[in-house]
Amino acid sequence: MNTEPRLVEVRQKVLKQNDLLARALRQRFREAGVYVVSLVSSPGSGKTAFLEKTLTLLREQQCRVAALVGDLATENDAARLARSLAPVKQITTGTVCHLEAAMVERALEGWQLDELDCLFIENVGNLVCPSSYDLGEDLRLVLLSVTEGEDKPLKYPTIFNTADVAVITKMDLAEAVEFAATLAVHNIQAVRPGMQIFQVSAKTGEGMNELLRFLGAKFDESKQLLVG
Amino acid sequence: MHELSIALSMIEMAAEEAERRGGVQVNAIHLKLGQLSGVVKDALLFSYEVACEGTPLKGSRLVIEEIPVVVYCPACQVETTLASLQQFCCGACEIPTSQVVRGQELEVVALEIE
Repeated sequence: MNTEPRLVEVRQKVLKQNDLLARALRQRFREAGVYVVSLVSSPGSGKTAFLEKTLTLLREQQCRVAALVGDLATENDAARLARSLAPVKQITTGTVCHLEAAMVERALEGWQLDELDCLFIENVGNLVCPSSYDLGEDLRLVLLSVTEGEDKPLKYPTIFNTADVAVITKMDLAEAVEFAATLAVHNIQAVRPGMQIFQVSAKTGEGMNELLRFLGAKFDESKQLLVG
Repeated sequence: MHELSIALSMIEMAAEEAERRGGVQVNAIHLKLGQLSGVVKDALLFSYEVACEGTPLKGSRLVIEEIPVVVYCPACQVETTLASLQQFCCGACEIPTSQVVRGQELEVVALEIE
């Protein structure tokens, strides 16, 4: 018997299970005609306030929306989002610092996906770990609040690089914290050239219409793809 | 800190592979780790050692090959290895590009067995 150490080729993605599940979810969402948007950001960047405003405005436009919201411990976020009157479910991750496709799949149990136009998935507040996990979403938004500083994208290039769109939040505070928007935009473009960027305030509503128009166009685009 | 769950997945995968090969001993896992994978090398090495405790892989090594980010410039049709993750641009024309060719790997490529 040969007991010499030898190297055998394996070639397997470590997150293969998650990738397979995410692919299946994406297929399921597509078949049900649901457009899925995920949100990532650091803690306290205003994800929940932004999402509450977005859900409320989309509902006013007769868009059938719902949200899954990931958090380590509490269910406070779901309670806040429920004020938008959209269906909301909390995913409490315990000590896990990110959402995985399996958690999304479990949270969807009992929901009729074909009764929705758009589903939002708010990830756990964390700019590192969520970048590795595909959740089956169509669009990943990364949020950056004006209070965090303009160099955040340079410190966390990976999450900005894996996201599709950047949203700068809390613009109503920009002047008070002397936020340099052009510098922030420059930094985002440095780590993710060509990235579309929106500047919004969930509090005053500034920039929200522009973002909603963008999302609306994305919903239509995906519906046409479905029909085609 | 998701490196621990990544380490556990790798160990599980390697143990299954060892089982399939008739219960061989795994001495090392060889991993390709892209700079854009979202996984920190040192944290993964630390987690690996902890996660191996009480498994058939106890005492095994994790050999990490770090893969730098390579982008493609459609205008120049050249690939550039990025010197910094803070500047995604072509090395020839310096025009920004976000077409990532390599650097997102998180892949077990080989096992050292006996």
